[in-house]
Amino acid sequence: MNFTLDPEDAAFQAEMRTLIRDLLPEGIARRGRRGFHATHDDIRDWMRILNARGLAATHWPVEHGGTDWSPLRKHLFQVELRAAGAPVPDQAALELVGPVIYTFGDAGQKARYLPEILNGDTFWCQGFSEPNAGSDLASLKTSAVRDGDHYVVNGQKTWTSEAHKADMMFALVRTDADARPQAGISFLLIDMKSPGVSVRPIYTINEGLSVNEVFFDNVRVPVENLVGEENRGWGYAKFLLTNERTMSAETPHTAFDLAMVKDIARRELRDGRPLIEDPLFAARLARFEIELMALQAAVYRVLHMAEDDPALNATASVLKLRGSELRQRIADLAVEALGDHGLAVFPDVEGQDNMDVLAPVPPAPDHAAGWLSRAMFRRATTIYGGANEIQRTIVAKSVLGL
Amino acid sequence: MELSLTSEQVALKDSVRRLCERDYGFEHRRGLLRSAEGFSRDLWSTFAELGWTGAGLSEADYGYGGGPVEMAIVQEEMGRALVVEPYLSCVVVAATAIAALGDADQRERMLSGIVGGETLVALAHNEVAMRGDDAEVATTAAQGPDGWHLNGRKGFVLGGPTADILLVSARTPGGISLFEVPAKAAGLGLTAYHAVDGRRVADIALADVQLGPEALIGPEGGALTAIEKAVDFGVIGLMAECVGAMDAALWLTRDYLKTRKQFGTTLNSFQALQHRMADMLVETELARSMLMAGVAALSHPDPAARRAGVSAAKVQISEAAIKVTAEAIQLHGGIGVTEEYVVGHFYKRAVLARGLFGGIDRHLQRFAAQALKEVA
Repeated sequence: MNFTLDPEDAAFQAEMRTLIRDLLPEGIARRGRRGFHATHDDIRDWMRILNARGLAATHWPVEHGGTDWSPLRKHLFQVELRAAGAPVPDQAALELVGPVIYTFGDAGQKARYLPEILNGDTFWCQGFSEPNAGSDLASLKTSAVRDGDHYVVNGQKTWTSEAHKADMMFALVRTDADARPQAGISFLLIDMKSPGVSVRPIYTINEGLSVNEVFFDNVRVPVENLVGEENRGWGYAKFLLTNERTMSAETPHTAFDLAMVKDIARRELRDGRPLIEDPLFAARLARFEIELMALQAAVYRVLHMAEDDPALNATASVLKLRGSELRQRIADLAVEALGDHGLAVFPDVEGQDNMDVLAPVPPAPDHAAGWLSRAMFRRATTIYGGANEIQRTIVAKSVLGL
Repeated sequence: MELSLTSEQVALKDSVRRLCERDYGFEHRRGLLRSAEGFSRDLWSTFAELGWTGAGLSEADYGYGGGPVEMAIVQEEMGRALVVEPYLSCVVVAATAIAALGDADQRERMLSGIVGGETLVALAHNEVAMRGDDAEVATTAAQGPDGWHLNGRKGFVLGGPTADILLVSARTPGGISLFEVPAKAAGLGLTAYHAVDGRRVADIALADVQLGPEALIGPEGGALTAIEKAVDFGVIGLMAECVGAMDAALWLTRDYLKTRKQFGTTLNSFQALQHRMADMLVETELARSMLMAGVAALSHPDPAARRAGVSAAKVQISEAAIKVTAEAIQLHGGIGVTEEYVVGHFYKRAVLARGLFGGIDRHLQRFAAQALKEVA
């Protein structure tokens, strides 16, 4: 066993580091280093830059615009993107609906949607959760009733990330009310500008806007927007969720956050010397370094597992559990490291997605802005993507056989 | 040892809880946070009429004969309702500093003003580089023929934006001194912003602020001990708020689990979640017990022992408050991370409590220093 990168992979990583830093505009990188969500314009501009180089979706198959890189290299590319402060792209499109379309969609859907996704032209949101179908997706109620060459959609989705900016939604809808819960669900692509779609913002605990409620009132969706077969949507959704696998560990993000905490700890002083030299703080930082190392090693293990390894999905749950908790705790450490500046509310003056755009900006050094917001929003990491309670149940049932 | 409340204390507790339940609903609070001053002057007058602004002060200090216990009772109930009125900064911290240091005239004027609800006072002692070390004052006061000239910068001053009087600490030849500074003094610049829990704070710039000799509170160079005492009262007041917030978050979550249905049944039927709630209760009960120890420490005659007891309470209670309120969010799921639902705001208050008046590391260090001394 050799736990260091092969020279070729190390060279690849170095090459990507240089390339990304050359391509990434400084203004976008600077905003990326703050704790707020990336702006819509930054994401689109960055997607176009990457797409011009054929790097918009490196994890996709070559025939749909991706690369033939190894899983490890795809991961290393993500690490370097995050380390450079690149904005997180439209993950709903690149990680979720894109793979579903190129795997289950028809030729027309592939030709229409995939190029738009790669170029950042079309933004997507995921319409899965409903008020009474959070982690229990099988109980969703939004209905789609066939009427000629259209489906008529009625119902409500919630926790819909970026719905206020999205052009399209991929939604799970109930097309057969009489079938058993999982069997009557279809996977539908809905134009957010359709008459009858309305979006209500939900401001989150960080006073920011990223999630929404979406209401459908007799929304007419063309039948050609059905992906795959009617009533088979549950299977496509499961494909999409297992597609997350190592992504849910979010180690590239966490490594970036930890590097930023160290940067803060070099700048902030306690008892007249840099916080990073304070033994109590240094010990806490070291514990996080070690926990992140363990998690990164777990990610590498999963990347080297065979696709049909039965342990794969259970390990993905392990990554989600620890990855989400670690992300939360490291953002929290940044807040503690910032002292008084960690306790002040900084409005996102550039993003404009905060609840109170007129809120005053506290006097503070640049490195302080956004961290409280980031730490607050991180409370959601253990809830979204299948709450950690659900992940523990998966581990208990599927691995431990309980 | 007598651990039960007197009938007067029970009456005080009931009075604060009743008013908060009746007049301090979550929507009302949300409105206050969006208002210009960030709290209600009308409610503040009501607090004074009901005697709460003098509840923790002795009669000699123009209060109603109470002490740390009464202070903690009021603060715990206010924490339960997440009150944003400047009680902690004015009635607990500033009043304690004045009571400890002021001369007869200053005490009468400022303390009776606070108790009467007419005067808002804030202790402008904190500086951003201080990080809980109260001796690290960089602001200076130089003595001239006509009085004092203050220069420096104060940061994250709780209650600062709406105070009529700021008690500004500054370094003078003899040590650290405290000055009574009108908020409208020439040369005083104030930048107001929002603390994590919605309360208003201020950074204060002092550019050659000129004060008469009578502005000095207490002996020149001799204010640090009183400031430390005032901050210790602030820490325990804040910890009492935490206990109230934790308790409220705990029972709110219990009620939620009994009504929220997933997978065809209410969430309270899952044993894994029952155990999580049981752990939350354990943390809350230990925090409540530790609060009694912290309140007792405030009356300790030895300042070093008092500080150690306060630091122990800070570490135990604020960390417990983070755990319990974060769990409350988690058990609520998505609704828990919204701004429009109350449970996340309990967490925000816990985050403020953990960081304000020195972080966990500072208080661990302070407690360890005292504990090691006692071993030696």
